[in-house]
Amino acid sequence: MTATGLSPIAAAPAVDAPPRPSPVRLTVVELRKAVDTRSGRWLLAAIVAAGLALMPVILFTVDAPDQDLGEFFAASQLGVSVLLPVLGILTVTAEWSQRTALSTFLLVPDRHRVLAAKLAACAALAALCTAAGLAVAVLARAAGALLGRSSGAWTVEPRPVATMLLFAVVTTMIGVAFGALFANTPLAIVLYFLLPTVWATLGEMVARLHGAARWLDTAKTLDPLTRPEHIGGVEWARAGVSLLVWLALPLAAGAWRLARREVA
Amino acid sequence: MIEVSRLSKRYGGADAVRDVSFACAPGTVTGFLGPNGAGKSTTLRMICGLTPPTEGTATVHGVPYRRIPNPGRHVGVLLDAAAQHAGRTGREVLTLTALATGADRSRVGELLETVGLPAKAAGKRVGAYSLGMRQRLGLAQALVGEPSVLILDEPANGLDPEGIFWMRTLLRGFADRGGTVLLSSHLLREVEAVADRFVVIAGGRIAAQGTRDELLSGTGVVVRGTDPAALHAALRGAGLPAEPDGTGRFLVAAPAEAVGRAAAAAGAVLLELRPAGGDGLEELFFTLTHGATP
Repeated sequence: MTATGLSPIAAAPAVDAPPRPSPVRLTVVELRKAVDTRSGRWLLAAIVAAGLALMPVILFTVDAPDQDLGEFFAASQLGVSVLLPVLGILTVTAEWSQRTALSTFLLVPDRHRVLAAKLAACAALAALCTAAGLAVAVLARAAGALLGRSSGAWTVEPRPVATMLLFAVVTTMIGVAFGALFANTPLAIVLYFLLPTVWATLGEMVARLHGAARWLDTAKTLDPLTRPEHIGGVEWARAGVSLLVWLALPLAAGAWRLARREVA
Repeated sequence: MIEVSRLSKRYGGADAVRDVSFACAPGTVTGFLGPNGAGKSTTLRMICGLTPPTEGTATVHGVPYRRIPNPGRHVGVLLDAAAQHAGRTGREVLTLTALATGADRSRVGELLETVGLPAKAAGKRVGAYSLGMRQRLGLAQALVGEPSVLILDEPANGLDPEGIFWMRTLLRGFADRGGTVLLSSHLLREVEAVADRFVVIAGGRIAAQGTRDELLSGTGVVVRGTDPAALHAALRGAGLPAEPDGTGRFLVAAPAEAVGRAAAAAGAVLLELRPAGGDGLEELFFTLTHGATP
């Protein structure tokens, strides 16, 4: 069969088959869209590079016995997590800036399914970047051993790996939510970095906001995820509440806006 | 099969599309004609479920587009060839479409050849494509899911004459095999040669629709005789409104038979008696769409 071939075309085919594309299929498509352009590959490379950035700092400023794999991993994740939300934002906003929303929504008219696939794809990419961060940490620890600067342990506890993975995934998803809500790359990026800072500053300056800030300032509430030795019931509750405000609400509003926005 | 029933779209207080109804049958090419801003794109977007109509319905194979589980496998759509990621290669665009719809990925290379994007061009990023190449890519993308319906908005834009001829052949072949084609244009010439039916829209409303003959049947006949004066007198005598066109012919708003009988009764010798076709369709298109306001 070719496009210009001779086989007849059914006049009235049953349109209920084939079935709609599965969530897995849509997630694979979104993953592929994240890596099939030069800009997408550069962003992922930049994320790994950010993970590398703090390695020399640890190598040359931290005492040798404290230079264990966990220390390197925490530092590499610090870098990785800076750009992960940008990845989340671009996954959504590029559909508008590059005008691919037209093809995307023609093939999958239920836009919520596209958003769900983007969330799943971003979670997978966040996990991959965390794994890359771990690999960077191993390399840095090895470099430390070769240079004779590191004498800490070669092991890392599973708990910090798990909580840092969670941190990476939720911050990437916050990016997706902001991208869907603001539908504009610079606006979403600026607001993503600005709003929590403004909120944190207000929380510091206005005494009456101190209490609220402990529950809503993600710089405070999500910080225990990167230092899980400090995490308990209250910390989990605070992280959950702040995520409700910074992830669930923008995501719900973003999904609502995405479904109604006119595709240009 | 496409069925559009009393479709309307209001933006603010203004009607972009008002009470538009038409149908496109399998095996036919329908030319959707109208000047820029007449409501063609808005209508096509409503058919494809991108813009919710204010009133009315549109279905493809009896089902609203958004309710088709895997629409890419039934309806090939090209609404805007420029709407592609500049950094993606042509081949990748088709591969993504095949992946998303579950269509056969081995068709990608074949389709690229078919639309005239050989391997070298297909491996280039779309940002480097001319508008004509983007139209070819868009058409290939529409064909990936082996659809039975094609909906194309101004697909001839940016194509050279050879490209327009090629596209006509492709669309004609698609319809001849039983497919349904709806294509829009603001230029009659682009679709005249390929369309079986025409839907003319102006100011958001249907101005006329039908086959070429149906559209022209109202425009009368052209008649020429050996003696223009005698012929004119014969036509007047029979009560037929005859307009001299300045070349010795008369344009008569009456059926050919009535004109022939009037001439025969008066003994006027005819040299020519034909529908006012030729440029008639273009003239009609201009009359229908000119001066219409939304």
